[in-house]
Amino acid sequence: MSGIKDKVAIIGMGCTKFGEHWNKGTEDLMVDAFLDAIGDAGIEPKDIQAAWLATQYTEITIGAGGIPLSQTLKMPYVPVTHVENKCASGSEALRAACYAVASGAYDIALALGVEKLKDIGYGGLPDFSLGNQGKRDRLIQPNLSAPGLFAMLANGYFNKYGLSPEEGKIMLAKISAKSHHNGAMNEKAHLRREVDIETIMKAPIVAWPLGLYDCCGVSDGAAAAIVTRADMAKSFRPDPIYVKAIQVAAGTGEELMYNDYDFSYVETTRRASRAAYEEAGIKNPREEISMAEVHDCFSITEAVTMEDLQFSPVGKVKEDIDAGRFNLDGEQPIQTDGGLKCFGHPIGASGLRMMYEEYKQLQGKCGSRQIKNPKLGLTHNLGGFPPQCVISVAIVGN
Amino acid sequence: MAGIKSYGAYIPWHRIDRNVIYSAMGWLDPTTYTLGEKSVANYDEDAVTMAVAACINCLNGIDRSVIDGVYFSSLSLPYKQRLNASIIATALDLRTDIRTADFSASTKAGTTALLAACEAIKAGTARNILVCTADCLIGKPGSPQEEEYGDGAAAFLIGKGNVIASFQNFYSVSYDFMDAWMINTDKYNRLGESRWIREEGYSKFIPEAISGLMNKCHLAPQDIAKASYPCIFPKPHINIGKIIGFSPEQIQDHYFGTFGNTGTAYPLILLVASLENAKPNDKIIVASFGSGSDALAFQVTDEITNISINNKNINNFIANKEMLTNYNKFVTFRNTITVEKGIRGETVPWQQTAMAWRNRKELLGLIGTKCKECGTPQYPRQRVCVNPNCRAIDQMEDYRFSDKKGYLFTYTADSLVFTVNPPQIYGLVNFEGGGRYWYDLTDCKADDIKVNMPVEMTFRKKFTDANRSIYGYCWKAIPVRT
Repeated sequence: MSGIKDKVAIIGMGCTKFGEHWNKGTEDLMVDAFLDAIGDAGIEPKDIQAAWLATQYTEITIGAGGIPLSQTLKMPYVPVTHVENKCASGSEALRAACYAVASGAYDIALALGVEKLKDIGYGGLPDFSLGNQGKRDRLIQPNLSAPGLFAMLANGYFNKYGLSPEEGKIMLAKISAKSHHNGAMNEKAHLRREVDIETIMKAPIVAWPLGLYDCCGVSDGAAAAIVTRADMAKSFRPDPIYVKAIQVAAGTGEELMYNDYDFSYVETTRRASRAAYEEAGIKNPREEISMAEVHDCFSITEAVTMEDLQFSPVGKVKEDIDAGRFNLDGEQPIQTDGGLKCFGHPIGASGLRMMYEEYKQLQGKCGSRQIKNPKLGLTHNLGGFPPQCVISVAIVGN
Repeated sequence: MAGIKSYGAYIPWHRIDRNVIYSAMGWLDPTTYTLGEKSVANYDEDAVTMAVAACINCLNGIDRSVIDGVYFSSLSLPYKQRLNASIIATALDLRTDIRTADFSASTKAGTTALLAACEAIKAGTARNILVCTADCLIGKPGSPQEEEYGDGAAAFLIGKGNVIASFQNFYSVSYDFMDAWMINTDKYNRLGESRWIREEGYSKFIPEAISGLMNKCHLAPQDIAKASYPCIFPKPHINIGKIIGFSPEQIQDHYFGTFGNTGTAYPLILLVASLENAKPNDKIIVASFGSGSDALAFQVTDEITNISINNKNINNFIANKEMLTNYNKFVTFRNTITVEKGIRGETVPWQQTAMAWRNRKELLGLIGTKCKECGTPQYPRQRVCVNPNCRAIDQMEDYRFSDKKGYLFTYTADSLVFTVNPPQIYGLVNFEGGGRYWYDLTDCKADDIKVNMPVEMTFRKKFTDANRSIYGYCWKAIPVRT
């Protein structure tokens, strides 16, 4: 199992502004992201030999099948495959496109993710009754929402490491404040306002202990990547970005049904990241990974993910947060684009949006948000709930 | 000797002071003023769920495979078509080669079902029949029924041998007396004039049935240790005893100011109360009221001292209560007023009938699987063992979680999902004996929930699919309150 390290390069990326696109449909967002990506790659639509389309709430966003993409972009008779892997869907589309060119089956492939969440007519994610959980599971599971499930992660973490609710909430507030700071500088981000710790702490509770500012934006948006074989990459541009690792792990549910899982970590993240570090040949992630876009659907997810990715010692993330390690000017900046928290979370697009930021950072094109000499960037998605999830971890570098 | 082998009652956690109702609606008809409290089913309870709760209290450790039938009686049957007794039997994980029936249309139906069970056992055509009764009657806003009716359930296991109270005899009277009536399309019942009900019905039918029974059994009033009959009007309730010849201490406390008129279940909840305080050789009588009356006589046996006492007796229900102080919440629980749910709240799981049938043990019975290789209980049902050190395939046997206690491992109070009783509380339950899964919590308040608190499982309504006329049922966790 040798992996695809340095076999695939990203030669173009596009991303729409994320937000409440009341006057843009799914098709508009797909076209916008696609034009941005092929313009960046300097290729024509006809150059795309195969495509993967990612959405999660397929029945709301776009409908099933590959046709929504082939028809919208008028890509005649090339293979288009619709992929869905919960919040990792965008990264899953990228993984498929990478494997397609790594195998030699195609020279140029497209991964495009899109979601139109604001068409559901109410705040938050679509109610899980809509079938997203499967009809049988929905009848068995509690009347749950994403904030509630991740609130259990927060309570589990606070309880295990002896943080009082106040201490825990301040730790989380610092995470959100940092992302708001970064997002405010990003013209494509959904939420572009600095928010101070006090405001975050005083916000209404959505699911205890998580308040409004602990929850990410629910947005419309699309993002796209164009990949090619590494040996061809420089013929398209001088600064392609190379894929070092791209891994997905899906949980067995044993955390929920069997073992003593205590809601203080995400086992599947640990497994997926270990596989990715092995693929990329990374021994010390805390030192070697320059920056990351992680799945901060909720502030607590980011905190726990720092430990699961081995950026912080287990149980010690608070020290790193307090020291500013993950701030834009810190040793290991996280969510330099605002993260899900402020860039927003149109689910199918999110994995590709994260990669868009790592790609631009590695190319030195992030303006006021640019970090110094990044070597390796990491993206991480968590699809599902902490004890029952699918995780993607991708690592890219120059 | 046919008789009662076990019993159990169930009174919901919520109560409302009738003055709260009167304060809200008494302006309409000041004569509705009624004293005391009444029990109120939670928003996720109905007659079926309360009957299941009473049955669980009744079956307390009894082998369920000996049960040959379920007779359920209620005036508030959730389903008009789809046998409610079969939902109860499935929830209780009973055998399928059993008889099931719903008894309805009169508040007398509970005693009629009890009599039918006693006679079947006496005739030897069944070994054990579970008789359960529950009502969740809804009074129209501003009506006297709105203050009168309370919610509750009772259950009895009727069988032969080792009975705690042997069935002695019965006396029934049947009259087409329109004290209360409903037709198919009615949401609320209607009452005749109260003075007429009191004088011509209530004060005559019960004495006729009880006196008829005592004559039939050659018993005098002083032979009776306790007589239970419903209280529709407090003053006439004691007068009925006087008419028959009972002294006040021979009349079972009616709890009208505690639980209220629990309809079909009312006389049988009182029978449970009288059994809880009975001594060997006591002769006890229960009588109903509604389209006449049934009176049944039982003689308590020495076995009454051996019954494994379930802590959930009437006094426990009296002690554990949560007062509803808001009339609007009360009528929202009963769907008497239609509240705004938003699009999220209007979205309900689609319970496709073939899928619900296929998964009935899991959905209605909380039956998981237990791996025969490693012994791990697991829910939901699995074919591949969830234990990472086992992973045996197709080595599963049924495992019932509904009667297992557990403790709350973690939880949250969620303000985003829709519930008429926000916030929605749910958490992860670790079961004694193994197994863990997450469940909604009910009959509790967020401030009272603690990690590691003991919980038990309760059968509840999960959703109402108004578009398809489906009540979805499930199991939730509640704090142990004994």
